[in-house]
Formats: sequence, structure tokens, C-alpha cells
Amino acid sequence: MEKIPILKMGSFLLVTIQVDLYDQLAENLESDLINMVKKTGAKGVLIDVSSVSIIDSFMGRILGNIATMSRIMDASTVVVGMQPAVAITLVELGLPLKGVYTALNVEKGMDLLRSKILQEEGPQDDDDDGDEDHTE
Amino acid sequence: MKNEAVKIFQKKKSTILENWMNNQLQDDGLREDLMSNEDLRLQSEELLSSLVDSLTDANIESSGSGDFDTIRDILASISISRAKQGYSPRETGLFVIGLKDALLKTLGTEIKDPETLYKQSMMVNKVMDNFAMHTFETFIKGREEVILRQTDEIADISTPVIRVWDGILALPIIGTLDSSRTQIVMENLLQEIVDSGSSIAILDISGVPAVDSLVAQHLIKTVAATRLMGAECIISGIRPEIAQTVVHLGIDLSQIITKASLASALKTAFNIMQLEVNKKQKLKA
Repeated sequence: MEKIPILKMGSFLLVTIQVDLYDQLAENLESDLINMVKKTGAKGVLIDVSSVSIIDSFMGRILGNIATMSRIMDASTVVVGMQPAVAITLVELGLPLKGVYTALNVEKGMDLLRSKILQEEGPQDDDDDGDEDHTE
Repeated sequence: MKNEAVKIFQKKKSTILENWMNNQLQDDGLREDLMSNEDLRLQSEELLSSLVDSLTDANIESSGSGDFDTIRDILASISISRAKQGYSPRETGLFVIGLKDALLKTLGTEIKDPETLYKQSMMVNKVMDNFAMHTFETFIKGREEVILRQTDEIADISTPVIRVWDGILALPIIGTLDSSRTQIVMENLLQEIVDSGSSIAILDISGVPAVDSLVAQHLIKTVAATRLMGAECIISGIRPEIAQTVVHLGIDLSQIITKASLASALKTAFNIMQLEVNKKQKLKA
């Protein structure tokens, strides 16, 4: 069965979708990804959709779901490289993907994730979460 | 019974043409700037010959007859070309009416019996009025074609995407924003974002005459699509009247960064990209 690979890069998870998703594949991706977030304790999820030419309402919802779920598990989600036609379709469908960060390409997406994590964790390097900066 | 008028027209064709040309040349509305007298004569001659050729005893009484299709085509092409050249409706109408005058004048000199003259004149009148109507109709059609083409041209030229800075695009929107134009604007903008790798787009609406709920909806859609691509969108050029209507209509633009002028939008864009514009330090003399 087809499977979309999930790569771990430091504290981020990298997912590159290179086929047009059908519903089952998208649902599997959702559960795989969330499990991976749990297993690796990732701080950010980067989904590259640059080679996806069709995103329907279901797929849009899955993307939204992944973002919300990761948010609950304390990881930010960035969707990168969306094609213009896909963006227009999503807007016309009334799915502006609220709560999902977006970036133009993987590089900018990585920068965005890094800055988000820096913001959340304060100036210290990535140690475990918990109470953030406890002032004395 | 052979119809008098048809006979006379065939015999006196050149006299009619002379009369008609004189009518046209004497008119104040003669447009020598648009068409030379030779061209006008050629055009008139073509029309008159095809009229005389197609007029027969049978069809002179029924102006809707299919025998006149050729002459209708000629009239149509003349009036459409005149519409495009910028003739006024009056000038185009006079072209055909002038022919009627010339025809009637010839009839008047050739037919002596008042009753025949009246009958024949009425018939010619009817045929020529029908042609005049047709000319008018096609003239208007020609004008409409011109307007349609101009509308298309405006839509094409009015959506340029400008790179104002490395990573900042600006898109001045001029004219009313309807669904089809929003589509063009959106496509152009998003494509340019991909091509240039820009992270900020400024939509300047100072050239949009009015913003109603539909236009606002289109703007919101464009901003949402830009965000999906991973770029930020700023709307600038909001005039006081537009701000008033937007608030009166109860449109929520709070999710969108809005600025009054392109300059302040650019400043905001610099801020987002953490750029700074500094005055050059003066060298001490």
C-alpha cells in the first residue's frame, strides 16, 4: 500500500506530498503524522504541497485537522509551496485554512517554524517543555 | 406592367450617382478627414449599382425580400466600418438618406403624371427607409463591438503586478472590481508571488471608485489566497469614503492589514521584513 514518508529533521517533521492524495491516504497520513509527533516530540510539522495540483474540501479539512491536532500536541504546522490555482480553489471553497501557518517554500517554512519555536520557548535553547521562563 | 421606377433607375444610374455625390459633398457633415472623396465615390457607386441590380418589378413592393441580402451586407459593412472610424450616427444616416433624396429627385424629373409619381415615390421611400433602419442597426452593433473590445483591453492592461522591493510586490487596482477581474487579479498576483518568491503583497485600491460588500468579499478572498501561498497581504489606498461605506455596510476587515497610503503600506512591509531605510550620513566637509 502507498504511504507518504515522514522525515525527522532535528525537532521538525518533514512531509512531502508528491502524489495526488485520495481520501484513505490522507486519513492515514493524519494518524501517522500525529503518532510521529508523539513519538519524536517534534516541535514543528512542515508539509510541502508544492507538487499537489488538486486539493478538495476533504483534503483541506485534513490539513486543518493536522494543524489543530499538532497544536494540541504542542507542535506548529506550516504548509509550504501551495500552487496559485490550489490557493484560489481553497478560497473559493471557503476553506482559508485558519490556524495553519503558510510559507512560500521549504526554506521560508523552516525559518518560520524556527522563529515560532524561539518565540514560544524564549531565548534558551530547546530543552523540554514545561514552565517556560521562571523569573526569580 | 413594368414598374416605372425600376426602369428609370436603371436608365439614370449615373445621374442619380452624381446627384447623390453632390448631396454628400455639400453636406456640412462631410468627413474628409476620415475618408477621401474618391473612396466615398467608390463606396457610393458600389451601393447604388447593387441597389439598381437587385431592384426588380417584383420585389420593390416588399422591402424584406431576400433579393436585398447583398445590399444589406454592403450596408452592414459600410456602417460597421464607419462606426469604427468614428463617424457620428447622423453622418452615417445621411449617407443612406442622401441616396433616397437623389432617387426621388430623379423620379420627380422623369415621371410627369402626379398619381404615378406619388405611388412610385411611396414605394421607393419604403424600400429606402428600410435600408436606413438596417444601416442604423448595424451602426449601433459596430459601436457595441468597439465598446466590448475596449472593455477587454481595460481588463487586460489594468492589472499589472509591480515589484517595488526585493520580496515586496504591489498591485494597483484601477476600476471596478467584479468577479471576473478579481479572478484575473488573483491569478496574476499569486503567479507573480511564486515567480519572484515575494513574501509581501500590497493591494492598492486607491483607483477603485467604490467598495460594496461584493468588492470587499473579493478583496478578502484575494487576501486569503495570498495567505495560503505563504505571503502576507496589505491593502492600501483606503479613501475616507471607502472607509465610511465599509463601516456602514458592516464589513469586517479587521483580519486584514489596511493602510491609508501606499507609502505607509511599504513602511509596514519593511517592518515585517525587518528592513530599515536610513538617510545617508553626511560626510563632514
